[in-house]
Amino acid sequence: MDVRSQISMLFHLDKCIGCHTCSLACKNIWTDRKGAEYMWWNNVETKPGTGYPTKWEDQGIYKGGWDRNAKGNISLTGSGKYKGLLNIFHNPHLPLLEDYYEPWTYKYLDLIESPAGDDQPTARPVSLVTGKPIDIKGGPNWDDDLSGTPEYARHDPNLKNLSPAEQEAMFQLEKMAMFYLPRICNHCLNPACVASCPSGAIYKRGEDGVVLINQKVCRAWRMCVTACPYKKSYYNWDTGKSEKCILCYPRLEAGLTPACMHSCVGRIRYLGVMLYDADKIEEAASAPIDELIDRQLDLILDPFDENIIESAKANGVADTTIHAAQTSPVYKFVKEWKIGLPLHAEYRTLPMLFYVPPMLPIMASLSQTDNSSQAEKLDPIAKFWDKNNLYDTTSESILQTVEQARFPVKYMANMFGAGNEEKVMEVLKKQLAVRVHRREVTVGDVGPELTNSTLNEVNLTAEIADDIYKLTSLAKFEDRFNIPPAHREQAFEMLENTGDVKGSTGFGFKEAPKRGL
Amino acid sequence: MNAFDNFFFIALPYAALLMFFVGTIYRYKATKFKFSSLSSQFLETRKLYWGSVPFHWGILFLFFGHLIAFLFPSSILLWNQQPVRLAILEISAFVGGIIAFVGIISLLYRRLTNPRIRKVTNYMDNILELLLIIQIFLGLWVAYGYRWGSSWFASILTPYLNSIFSFNPNIDAVIALPLVVQLHIILAFIIFMIIPFTRLVHLLVFPLSYLWRPYQKVIWNWNRRQVRNSRAKWNIHKPNNT
Repeated sequence: MDVRSQISMLFHLDKCIGCHTCSLACKNIWTDRKGAEYMWWNNVETKPGTGYPTKWEDQGIYKGGWDRNAKGNISLTGSGKYKGLLNIFHNPHLPLLEDYYEPWTYKYLDLIESPAGDDQPTARPVSLVTGKPIDIKGGPNWDDDLSGTPEYARHDPNLKNLSPAEQEAMFQLEKMAMFYLPRICNHCLNPACVASCPSGAIYKRGEDGVVLINQKVCRAWRMCVTACPYKKSYYNWDTGKSEKCILCYPRLEAGLTPACMHSCVGRIRYLGVMLYDADKIEEAASAPIDELIDRQLDLILDPFDENIIESAKANGVADTTIHAAQTSPVYKFVKEWKIGLPLHAEYRTLPMLFYVPPMLPIMASLSQTDNSSQAEKLDPIAKFWDKNNLYDTTSESILQTVEQARFPVKYMANMFGAGNEEKVMEVLKKQLAVRVHRREVTVGDVGPELTNSTLNEVNLTAEIADDIYKLTSLAKFEDRFNIPPAHREQAFEMLENTGDVKGSTGFGFKEAPKRGL
Repeated sequence: MNAFDNFFFIALPYAALLMFFVGTIYRYKATKFKFSSLSSQFLETRKLYWGSVPFHWGILFLFFGHLIAFLFPSSILLWNQQPVRLAILEISAFVGGIIAFVGIISLLYRRLTNPRIRKVTNYMDNILELLLIIQIFLGLWVAYGYRWGSSWFASILTPYLNSIFSFNPNIDAVIALPLVVQLHIILAFIIFMIIPFTRLVHLLVFPLSYLWRPYQKVIWNWNRRQVRNSRAKWNIHKPNNT
């Protein structure tokens, strides 16, 4: 057993309001530079939708992640030692700038400096790549809130395996729903970007599991961009280096939250440390697809187990880290309550960021009503009540069943369950049970029988349901953010001898990141 | 033997070698960030395919052809003993040259016509591209006009290059060569000389080691067991990935 620790994030999607504050915080700190304008290390997508870059989930196009062969071994889908080196002169699976969007700004000065004329001056959009005027064809969050549109929502790769009737049902106006999916680098246990990098520039930090690209070793072979199935490795066209989310490691080392998490308005993010067994990574990543999620969760070790604590200590895991693992909010969601699932486990990279799938709004019904008496009461001018339909959000039972959710469970399963509907159903039912329980506690109109049977069905007790409710709804900052102290005395050594950088600014190497000749 | 010959066939090769080694070491130490292939595929991919792929495979074939003729001249001479084999070698080398030439011409066309690629072009890219075009053209001219290059390379140029590398330059045979061949040789030294100052540095860091390294890479910034051992001596473990 090789016990290591991993900083892990959990997204509670029910709480995400899609405000993009996380994206902007990240952008302002890290990617507000030439060549990085189009990059969103953190982005928030509307689902159903095609996402960013367009259709990133369709590995038929982008060839990301790992494939498992008949013998049960895995290999990189679109890169790797032979495929990668043979395609090094031209990578056929590389996403292009158009697949993200061409960054632009406006010629604001024209508004001020234009000569007097009959018309108002306008600020034309100009490309941030060429500096020439462009017709904007796409931009960040171009399909924001566009669930149901033919161009975006209906091209969502997660709709595969859904029958045409099921798809149609999702996009009926009355049933239409959507949710938001914030995404950053998943800091995987079996990262495809690391495996695909010919230069060996990408690595996983042993101490906290953050995956980083060494900017001095990256040679722009661009294989990581192809290999990452989440498309979270970006090519900087100006410096000729690839870049990705660094989980704000300089902030983590200083005991601060990552910028995306810190700015999160809905407080949907939880950050904690988890212990895992590095010896079993390959085995878990090569598991058959229906066992994949369970095998990945099995990698995460119980931090209360005496034997595990002992081997963790023998492996140099600090006591503070073990303690943080015992109190980790992410561990609670993922392992204790089992309501956190990895995104697209079928890519076999063992992503270490987890999602609580959203309970979409319960389904409303349309019923015929006679509104004539209401219409009588209105004065003649305002008299416009000819719609005899009632949009009814009530239902017979106070809380509906998961089967009645607006989206087919299959759709959710394609995202969070590696296609396994039961996996997602179990999580949704647990969440529903917590709601039923809390309704009984606060309002008392459900009845103890129904409450208990609902809880029993998903193996929850009232106490656990209360805990889930508290960490979901009432969690304070310290409850959501619980990572071990970075051991500043060592964290600094991760970068440099402190004496060398005394009086200077920034972190890491101090060579200007200028494009080569 | 005059000053011109001495300059181009004795001074230039040594200057090229010196600049190559000093320049490479300096740039690798001082500006390692700039070591990159500077791919522009992200901005334009279709034209790159028709330029980059033929150019690279063609030039690699030619480069290793020249290298083998230099390192193992007797093997080439042995191969060329039969006219059929000589013809096969010469024709395939010529085709390789044509492929590389077509590739670099389409790369130049792409560089000049695409506004995005113009933005990521600097003056050294233009100089290098021009030099390579001239060099490949001269090579094709030599192959067509002064047959059979593969044989006389082994008997004339290999001894000359050996004399350079053994610090005992002997240019008698080289100065008797036709002007086109001499230009090809001179330009080869010039291109070699400017490698560290162009994007050609990417061929010095070609990632062959990828073939034998394990796929996954984990870096511990300090020795995780030793750092918690109070009896171990304190030492600084710098990241071993820089």
